[in-house]
Amino acid sequence: MTNNFEPLIIGFTCNWCSYRAADMAGTGREKYPPNIRLIRMMCSGRLDPMFVMKALSDGADGVMITGCHPGECHYLEQNYKALRRTILLKRTLGQMGVDPERVKLVWASAAEGVYLAKEIGIFVEEIREKGPLDWPSRKNPAISIVEKEEVSV
Amino acid sequence: MKYLFYPGCSMQRSAKPYLDSLKLVEKTLGLESVDVEDWNCCGATEFSSVNRTASHAIVGRNLALAQEQASGTDELVAACSACYLNLSKTDHFMREDADFNALVNDALSAGGLEYEPGSVKVRHSLDIIVNNVGYDAVKEKVTKPLSGLRVGAYYGCMIVRPDVNERFSNPEEPYELEDLLEVLGAEVVDFKMKTQCCSGHMTQISSEVAYDMIKQIVKPAVEEEIDVLVTLCPMCQLNIDAFQNEMNKHFGTNYEVPILYFSQLMGLAFGYTEKELGIGKEFVNVSPALAKIGKTTEEVPTPKKKKKSKSDPSLPMPKMPIHYRGGS
Amino acid sequence: MANSKTPSGKPRIGVYVCHCGTNIAGVVDVEDVANWSAEELKDIGVVLSRDNKFMCSSQGQELIESDIKEFGLNRVVVAACSPHLHEKTFRGACERAGMNPFFCEMASIREQVSWVTKDKKKATEKSKSMVAGAVNRVVYHEALEPIKVPINPTTLIVGGGIAGIQAALEIANTGHEVYLVEREPSIGGHMAQFDKTFPTLDCSACILTPRMSEVGMHPNINLLTWSEVENVDGFVGNFDVTIRKKSRCVIEEDCTGCGICVQKCPITVIDDEFGVGIGTRKAIYTPFDQAIPNYPVLDKENCTYFIKGTCRACEKFCATNAIDFEQQDEIINVTVGNIILATGYDLFDARKMPNYGYGRYPNVFTSMEFERLCNAAGPTNGEIVLRDGVTAPKSVAIVHCVGSRDKNHNNYCSAICCMQSLKFAHIVYERTGAEIHNFYIDIRTTAKNYDEFYQRVLDEGTLFVRGKVAEITDVPQNEAEEGKLIVQAEDTLAGLQRRIPVDMVILSVGLEPKGDSDEVAHQFGISCSSNGWFTEKHPKLDPVSTMTEGIFIAGCATGPKDIPASVSQGSAAAARVISYIEMGELELEPVRASVIEEICSGCKICNDLCPYNAIIFIEDKQVTEINEALCQGCGTCVAACPAGAIVGTGFSNEQILAQIEGLMMDFSVPEVV
Repeated sequence: MTNNFEPLIIGFTCNWCSYRAADMAGTGREKYPPNIRLIRMMCSGRLDPMFVMKALSDGADGVMITGCHPGECHYLEQNYKALRRTILLKRTLGQMGVDPERVKLVWASAAEGVYLAKEIGIFVEEIREKGPLDWPSRKNPAISIVEKEEVSV
Repeated sequence: MKYLFYPGCSMQRSAKPYLDSLKLVEKTLGLESVDVEDWNCCGATEFSSVNRTASHAIVGRNLALAQEQASGTDELVAACSACYLNLSKTDHFMREDADFNALVNDALSAGGLEYEPGSVKVRHSLDIIVNNVGYDAVKEKVTKPLSGLRVGAYYGCMIVRPDVNERFSNPEEPYELEDLLEVLGAEVVDFKMKTQCCSGHMTQISSEVAYDMIKQIVKPAVEEEIDVLVTLCPMCQLNIDAFQNEMNKHFGTNYEVPILYFSQLMGLAFGYTEKELGIGKEFVNVSPALAKIGKTTEEVPTPKKKKKSKSDPSLPMPKMPIHYRGGS
Repeated sequence: MANSKTPSGKPRIGVYVCHCGTNIAGVVDVEDVANWSAEELKDIGVVLSRDNKFMCSSQGQELIESDIKEFGLNRVVVAACSPHLHEKTFRGACERAGMNPFFCEMASIREQVSWVTKDKKKATEKSKSMVAGAVNRVVYHEALEPIKVPINPTTLIVGGGIAGIQAALEIANTGHEVYLVEREPSIGGHMAQFDKTFPTLDCSACILTPRMSEVGMHPNINLLTWSEVENVDGFVGNFDVTIRKKSRCVIEEDCTGCGICVQKCPITVIDDEFGVGIGTRKAIYTPFDQAIPNYPVLDKENCTYFIKGTCRACEKFCATNAIDFEQQDEIINVTVGNIILATGYDLFDARKMPNYGYGRYPNVFTSMEFERLCNAAGPTNGEIVLRDGVTAPKSVAIVHCVGSRDKNHNNYCSAICCMQSLKFAHIVYERTGAEIHNFYIDIRTTAKNYDEFYQRVLDEGTLFVRGKVAEITDVPQNEAEEGKLIVQAEDTLAGLQRRIPVDMVILSVGLEPKGDSDEVAHQFGISCSSNGWFTEKHPKLDPVSTMTEGIFIAGCATGPKDIPASVSQGSAAAARVISYIEMGELELEPVRASVIEEICSGCKICNDLCPYNAIIFIEDKQVTEINEALCQGCGTCVAACPAGAIVGTGFSNEQILAQIEGLMMDFSVPEVV
């Protein structure tokens, strides 16, 4: 079944770099799989780990977090905060029984359209390989932390 | 430090003094090497143009043996430049090209062997000595400095080119050998032909071409008043030494430039005798050069840099970094 | 929860799916997307959904306007191109119809779908989910007012080369004040070092120095040479800049620039800066005769007084007592509205290519050394001679692309080297009659009158060898090569190896970003490409702006350029600044964070996260507050707040979570019950 499995991936982008890289991939007609859906934020620092949890719990099979290269953040250093949060988030996911490799952090500058397209392609294949995400709460509704979180928003 | 050693064919015969002296140097420096058991020829320089897969398969066999026999180290050291290059190249090509890797491993499997590219680190003895042992540790062991000896470092081509598998030095301008010789107390000359090809096996194929190439190395050495060329490649040593006389006959010249292995000079500086180091078997007599060791440089006064006079119209030379022996 | 927001007013959403000619419609079934949205997103509040050939056309915009009025729409979603292209357009349409423009949202189904997807069915599905995401999101949009910031009319220009000079004059001539900061003792930059400029062969100094003195005398230009920017705070309209004015040991107000101190100084040293190591200067010096400003700088490292405590010759002879050995660095604080960075370039260090023998063979010169050599104000008074200072070369090799178009060094073309090398060929031909060989990879003479100049040099008899030089050596192989430098190259047109003996070699070294470009970029909050050149906001449509509002770039700091291009960029950057100054104030995206005081627990987690120090802890109330004037809207604190007490306008949790939900609509898998 994994052969015709089409993963759904949510991608978080930074307004200043990776979103523009996506624009540039478009302008350059760089083809990549349609499995990814991008969300624009002002900065990868805006990434609330809850967004990733929400995406994974509601049906995404993988999440790609993108931001400016270290040292190139439009807001000086907020991408480092995204990096830290991603590391922590992956650890948490692991503890929850979710493969942490379903979350991937990619740095892409505004000029790296080709690179971003390539990375998306790679990630889609990685997730396709892993198969559909079996989110823990579906097995045991009692630990549906995220849904509670969601209510509290 | 412990590592696996790949001796190669040359070092069993023509370059036996290289192997003998290297072993003594290793002992002095506390280096522990174990020969790869059941190794075979690296294929030298020609085989790859005859049959690419087979040429890499025979090198792959050595790599596979090293991988198998490696215990407590993943470093495979060769002292012959051709062996070093071939081992590096095969590892590189197998790593870069999955199809080729499969092809080579298929051949190896016939002998019950398998090699995973990148699993052993191929290094040259000079690299080990300057980068793992270090110049300071070498200096500590010097008991008889080579003062008074004008030496030219002659790397040859294969240790630095082609630039595969992260060579340890600059492919255009290696400097490790010069630094090492300086530590040994020798007077190091900027030998501009240091990475020039010695002609390899051209002596056997087209001797005229070979003589021309040998002359291109020997002539500048004479002009720079070099007492002895220092090499790290059995092929280079053989060509410059054994064919110098033929070359002289061919051109009607009478050049006389002896050539030794760097390990032999290290051995001399460490206090070993010429005999222990296999010195004396050369075609070009090295004794006049070695007789200079210990003599002060007064005999060959080096011109002191004069302060530029006001009437000197010349323009200043560029300031150079430490590892580039510019000027003259 | 108290912070959860209900949509303001019952949403009445209009969805517009653009064909963009065939750009979108060629891949995405736009009609299907529009129909689907009308049907499936009805419950969320979609009142109508249309597809249109060109939404950005005036007809498309009018459609939105009339729909808003006719159907009482209070939200608009446009599925078209990237918001970076047309968000402004559609917000404008909404505003004209009396709607708050921030109730408009875009889905980029061109850049993110039709242009990057092969499979038409999947492209249509992805478009639908992106429209759903946008519709979901727009429900939570709020009426916002753009932030207006006043623009301080003073401008800072960093770098006094020709690009900076041009920008400074353009702005100053409109009556606005400019601070021009230059690191070296004089303005003029690299252009002041050149002898001639291509292809006109104008004397570089003759055309540059009038501009320099204009800068020096301009009442609106505050010239700060031998100075560097130390710190930059603030944002567009209002930057606080700290400048360090290094000690010259010369009191500028008293110095007349007579030059007696330079004349009397007994110490001569090699001039590594302006003289690129082949000229000399005194320990107290001006880099060149026409320096602006013309008061000198004392080089403490080489000054006998600073080394031994005696001498003071300069002080003794100075008629106006302008020498002050005790002079300290001065810190100057200025407030400016805009900044132009024209920080220039460095030259490739030829010593990185030892096979070309620079530094080993005396008669291998770099292009800049040769510029100084043939410059009448240079060390040989313009005479082209070998390094011995007397012998004229009979044959000269000029090597193109040294360090450029080379995967071992810089992979880019340095743009100016071909013309520079041709210029050298002409100068050598004209002044020495020597035989000239140019070694090139490709000849690139693309600008006005450049190729004509190439033809002229060909006609003059310069020889051209197409091939990258492998090696330059002085080891001869035959008699003809004795005593010469031999240039070895593969002649790729003739298909053979050439060894050409010459007397002199000129290495046309490439251009590189300034060694500290990374730090400068960081200091000013802009970005560099991986090569180290400053990144433009848009490489074609906005080449002198950066992603940071109020910071502009000009000249070679953005990449290799010739003089006309640098001057044009200086003017262009100035024009951008002048338009900001004339506008008086600038509207910024109202993307800001704010704290809901009742929810803030005072945990201070957010306090250290802000790079702009906009977050302040109020001790009295034990809560955190955000200074909206300092906040730049990155949202890091919003994401960090464990209590959810920080709200980010424009990118709120509700908006993003709703968008995620919309995007998750998956059409390939049947609904799981």
